[in-house]
Amino acid sequence: MEPLLKMSGITKSFPGVRALSDVGFDLHKGELHALVGENGAGKSTLMKILSGLYKADSGELFLKGEKIVSTGLREMIKLGIGVIYQELNLIPYLSVSENIFLGREPKTSIGTIDWSKMRKMTREALAPFKLDISPQQKVKSLGAAHQQIVEIAKALSLKAEILVMDEPTAALTGNEVDRLFEIIKQLKNDGVSIIYISHRLEEVHHLADRITILRDGERVITKNRGEMSNDEMIKYMVGRVLEEQYPQYESVPGDVVLEVKGLTKKGICEDVSFTARAGEIFGFVGLVGAGRTEIMQTVYGYRKMDSGEVLLDGEQVTIRNCQDAVMKGIGLIPEERKQQGLVLGMSVFDNAALSVLDLYSTAGVLHRKKINAEVNTMVDSMNIKTPSVRQLVRNLSGGNQQKVVLAKWFIRHCKVYIFDEPTRGIDVGAKVEIYRLMQNLAKRGAAVIMISSELPEVMNISDRAAVVFEGRIVREFKKGELSEEQVMEYSLGLFDKKGA
Amino acid sequence: MEKKIDYKQLLKNNGILIVFFLICIGLSILSPYFMTTNNILNIFRQTSIYGIIAVGMTFVILTGGIDLSVGSILALSGMIAAGLMKNNGIGVFIASVAAILVGGGIGLINGVLITKGKIAPFVVTLGMVTIARGLTLIYSKGYPVSGFSPEFRQLGGGYFLGIPIPVIIFIATVALAWFILNHTRLGRYTYAIGGNEETVKLSGINVNFYKTMVYVIVGIASSLSALILTSRLNSAEAIAGQGYELDVIAAVVIGGTSLSGGRGSIIGTLIGALLIGVINNGMNLLGISPYFQQVVKGALIIGAVILDRLRDETN
Repeated sequence: MEPLLKMSGITKSFPGVRALSDVGFDLHKGELHALVGENGAGKSTLMKILSGLYKADSGELFLKGEKIVSTGLREMIKLGIGVIYQELNLIPYLSVSENIFLGREPKTSIGTIDWSKMRKMTREALAPFKLDISPQQKVKSLGAAHQQIVEIAKALSLKAEILVMDEPTAALTGNEVDRLFEIIKQLKNDGVSIIYISHRLEEVHHLADRITILRDGERVITKNRGEMSNDEMIKYMVGRVLEEQYPQYESVPGDVVLEVKGLTKKGICEDVSFTARAGEIFGFVGLVGAGRTEIMQTVYGYRKMDSGEVLLDGEQVTIRNCQDAVMKGIGLIPEERKQQGLVLGMSVFDNAALSVLDLYSTAGVLHRKKINAEVNTMVDSMNIKTPSVRQLVRNLSGGNQQKVVLAKWFIRHCKVYIFDEPTRGIDVGAKVEIYRLMQNLAKRGAAVIMISSELPEVMNISDRAAVVFEGRIVREFKKGELSEEQVMEYSLGLFDKKGA
Repeated sequence: MEKKIDYKQLLKNNGILIVFFLICIGLSILSPYFMTTNNILNIFRQTSIYGIIAVGMTFVILTGGIDLSVGSILALSGMIAAGLMKNNGIGVFIASVAAILVGGGIGLINGVLITKGKIAPFVVTLGMVTIARGLTLIYSKGYPVSGFSPEFRQLGGGYFLGIPIPVIIFIATVALAWFILNHTRLGRYTYAIGGNEETVKLSGINVNFYKTMVYVIVGIASSLSALILTSRLNSAEAIAGQGYELDVIAAVVIGGTSLSGGRGSIIGTLIGALLIGVINNGMNLLGISPYFQQVVKGALIIGAVILDRLRDETN
């Protein structure tokens, strides 16, 4: 059978990088074909060529057997290709119907917008999804999953036969993901073909008819569902067997450095108590929304606590804001590295030096030489790949950007380091490096706290961990004490309440 | 011919500087008077009044803020210095310090309202435009205060080693600002806050303090200008400095500082301010109508931003 879409010999270079070389890809009617690979493997570039955003340097594109010559954004939409980007492209303060029919609003005979017709068309577009979304509702008031559905409805109303979904579950919660999967299956039944980009291998196994793996801009392999195990997929993605996905080390827990007692903040957490010791990694697990990040932000002074005590080295301290926390030796590496960890328009040097300017200055005047030396040493020792420390952080890759955030805090020699999802959105290879860096901090005597949603990571990297459920710590355990399934049960609140 | 210069790149990176020199060359051909020492000192002296404020404004705009109240701060602090000297017989030095305290104080109020009150800089300083102007009118009852001691008149009209004192103050302000921006915490944090305030806050830096400081700085700069202007005119008027914020912001923007913050330089502001001064002066020399001058100035602002955008796209 002839494929609906066929891309062959696609090559694309950017200044200094070959993003894709001789990549082939095809898609059948009603098929879900997953596209998998590490960051920078070329998935997005390939899809941007399909959507008409980029023009390939060479290669051919066939749709229903016909060669496509002109590949602009508008042409590709007309040909029935709809792309739903990772960052949704909806306008928050416009209604659902205005978003769906943006630029093709039905008009009345005198040229004004025909609102009643537009509402009717919107209801028709949303009908297959069986949701109670009103056409007049502002998009801002919808949850992430419903916004995603509005995007899908918009693409389908443009008569899309091929849908490209880029990490569609990244912003969704458990229930919403299930809902989206149902809709995806229904779309397939209706004959829509889907290209699905995801990091989450479980999803890919669950949904895909075929899987194609890209690495360094080349197609490594395409296989049918069930023909590849997770380990094999990782091997193909990384290009080598990861002998130690989780590097091991002997931890030597010392004295308690940080002790939190009865931390309470209305609507966020209740009576949270825990300790973190020098030389160990303390995990913080739970579902998204359980309050892990918020608890740590409260300890860090980013949010004000209602009641509770924080002790550092056995002495009670008052932390009213982030400045207090840093002065007392706590560093927080936030989850959102671009929004909260970096100043993208500043250099590697300026970013790395940001947390220590107060240590290396007299009456506000900086000791440039000393800071230069510190930053250069750190950039070298952390193996940050940048042409110079003057390079803008914006131009670095995700893994290297994360290293710059870490460098900023390593320079400062804190007693306590709080990592919030340190490996999110980072390739498998860079993850191992980040684990090693965390272990090095512990070795040099710091207390390391790691918030993580990846259960295997917590089970393997942390020496002790706490499970958070609805703003409370419901269980603390040592490495090896609980199974992954048991931890999951605690995270879901399915524990025996008698003891609590 | 082994070395090839990328003229396009050169033009884009130093666009405003090149435009500045081209205009100077053009004017010196068109008007023999343009390149005389007298005229150049004159341009510098005229530029210094709003140039000093532009130096302070560079700090504010680098943080991503804006201060619309500089003209009113100028009027109020100038009037207070004038009043103290004229009506209360207070000495030049104390009166000048008082003016600077007033300027810095209003900056402090702006800063605190913006940071602690969490109100947009545009709104706070827009309100302060009329508040400070109103206070000036209340204090002066609407009458100008004029006729000062020769000592005070030196500030705007005097020379040191043949250079007008306002120009010396202007250049000293630029040098000081350059040092602060590049060699102090305040300076680096100013850039960082404009780049990403959230990151700076989470790095344990007292963002509110540093943000407040930039409004204090522009307030002080405005009162410094007020002293020079009052001295030069030998009179303080309640309507002094009206509309100055536009020339000041224009100088900063023409100098390549991004209105969204995080990017820019004090040397850029110096060139931006001088460019406005040169164009005003040149068009006067050539006898071009002041009405037309307005159009040119506006086009210059837009042109500068386009140039900036081009540079952004190539880098």
